[in-house]
Amino acid sequence: MHQTKAFNYSVPYYAWLLLFVIAPVILLLFESFMDVHGNFTLNNYQTYFSSGTYIRMTFNSVFFAFMVTVITLAISYPMALIMSRLKHAQFWLMLVILPTWVNLLLKAYAFIGLFAKQGTLNEFLTFVGIGPQQIMFTDGAFMAVAAYVQIPFMIMPIFNSLVEIDQSLVNAARDLGASSAQTLRKVIIPLSMNGVRTGVQAVFIPTLSLFMITRLIGGNRVITLGTAIEEHFLVTQNWGMGSTIGIILIIAMAITMYLTRDRKQGGK
Amino acid sequence: MKHKAASLYLIFVFVVMYLPIFYLIFYSFNAGDYMNNFSGFSLEHYRTLFSDYRLMRILANTFIIALLSALFATLIGTFGALGIYHTRRRGTRNTLLSLNNILIVSPDVIIGASFLILFTLIGMKLGFLSVLLAHIAFSIPIVVLMVLPRLNEMNPALIDAAHDLGANDYQVLSQIVLPYAWPGILSGFFMAITYSLDDFAVTFFVTGNGFSTLSIEIYSRARQGIDLSINALSTLMFLVSLVLIVIYYFLSTYQQRGSKKKRTLGTAVR
Repeated sequence: MHQTKAFNYSVPYYAWLLLFVIAPVILLLFESFMDVHGNFTLNNYQTYFSSGTYIRMTFNSVFFAFMVTVITLAISYPMALIMSRLKHAQFWLMLVILPTWVNLLLKAYAFIGLFAKQGTLNEFLTFVGIGPQQIMFTDGAFMAVAAYVQIPFMIMPIFNSLVEIDQSLVNAARDLGASSAQTLRKVIIPLSMNGVRTGVQAVFIPTLSLFMITRLIGGNRVITLGTAIEEHFLVTQNWGMGSTIGIILIIAMAITMYLTRDRKQGGK
Repeated sequence: MKHKAASLYLIFVFVVMYLPIFYLIFYSFNAGDYMNNFSGFSLEHYRTLFSDYRLMRILANTFIIALLSALFATLIGTFGALGIYHTRRRGTRNTLLSLNNILIVSPDVIIGASFLILFTLIGMKLGFLSVLLAHIAFSIPIVVLMVLPRLNEMNPALIDAAHDLGANDYQVLSQIVLPYAWPGILSGFFMAITYSLDDFAVTFFVTGNGFSTLSIEIYSRARQGIDLSINALSTLMFLVSLVLIVIYYFLSTYQQRGSKKKRTLGTAVR
């Protein structure tokens, strides 16, 4: 009896699922088979796969996302490990989360000031005797800012998987004569792989689709899949091609999720 | 020694994480016009900020969108979570949950582009309404994810007992279920607000010409270079975030105390 009632309350939710989850995906797929005049065509996919530009752009985008993920992981894992051993771990976690509440645009904007020709970083480089460098609009600048933005999203899942490790397993390893390096390699890292996988997903996929940072910091030198989609939709108004790249991005995302899936059977 | 290295690393990463933010805040008090050569303390940029009528209106827009979208998303999402909770068949339940999570894992550009196609198809004018609808749409799943665990933790005997004692469906919902799920509903609401305040990419796609939110405005101003009233604005935004996270922190610790299962703060974000 109350079951049907709850269903009635949930009607707006199901309408939302239909209208804003299922419909947009289908529309995007349809649009990818349209030319600029709205006729059915396979040309978009043909162009994508035959003209080297799009393929190169995709590989570039994947490469940059990969680099950013590796950098973020290298910084975040030790950080999460140290944090998980601290007394007020939840407090430190909150300090990690706080920067994510600062608007992304403001963070990018801060780096414009830091990286500018006469910016603070260049002043520092001049001070230590290296002399001013062109920092803005380089690949390095893009990767640094992208990694900066993503670090909290890597630390959080890894930290969570680390605090969930049963401490007695670690103690057992030590009792059985494992050195701390061995304990780390054989016990702690394997048990925290779930967090690493979640972190990689949380960093890699958004980095593929970043477009604001590529414009503001990368100065359009780095073209990610996201930049290409934005360009086709809002600048050249070629929605068909934009949707095609969107479908490619979805496929890239699915592959990422597949590669980083939880391989254990019967888990949650 | 090892301990020392760990502390140093911890401090170093935190410094890197907070440096850009405090850098922005610091230069908002600069008497000069650039983000270098601090030439003296001044509140001039705050004065410019508050007399910038356009920016003030955009700020108001941003908060109206955030509050309204969070409110609607919380309403729809909470009842959606109830719907999923009451779904008995495991397969249907899992399908619903996977559908629910699609927008959470989707890249912003995909959401933005597909919503743009949708709004254009149904002939909606881009502006306030399209932005509001988009924000409601991408906030709903996070509300569901905040409310559903709370419902699952609830002892079903509570509901049966209430029915046995003669409560009708409405009473069970308003006296038992909603109060029990309340911390989850509140966290969902706060998450929805932050999602909305933080969004740039989706809004960028569906906003059209006349309407602008803060992220969009900062983007277009940042493309023109440094403007220290943006720094002043970020200082104020940082304070708002600080207040919000403190509220959220208390909510989630309250929720943790209430539940047997330990849930950490971090899983809630994103």
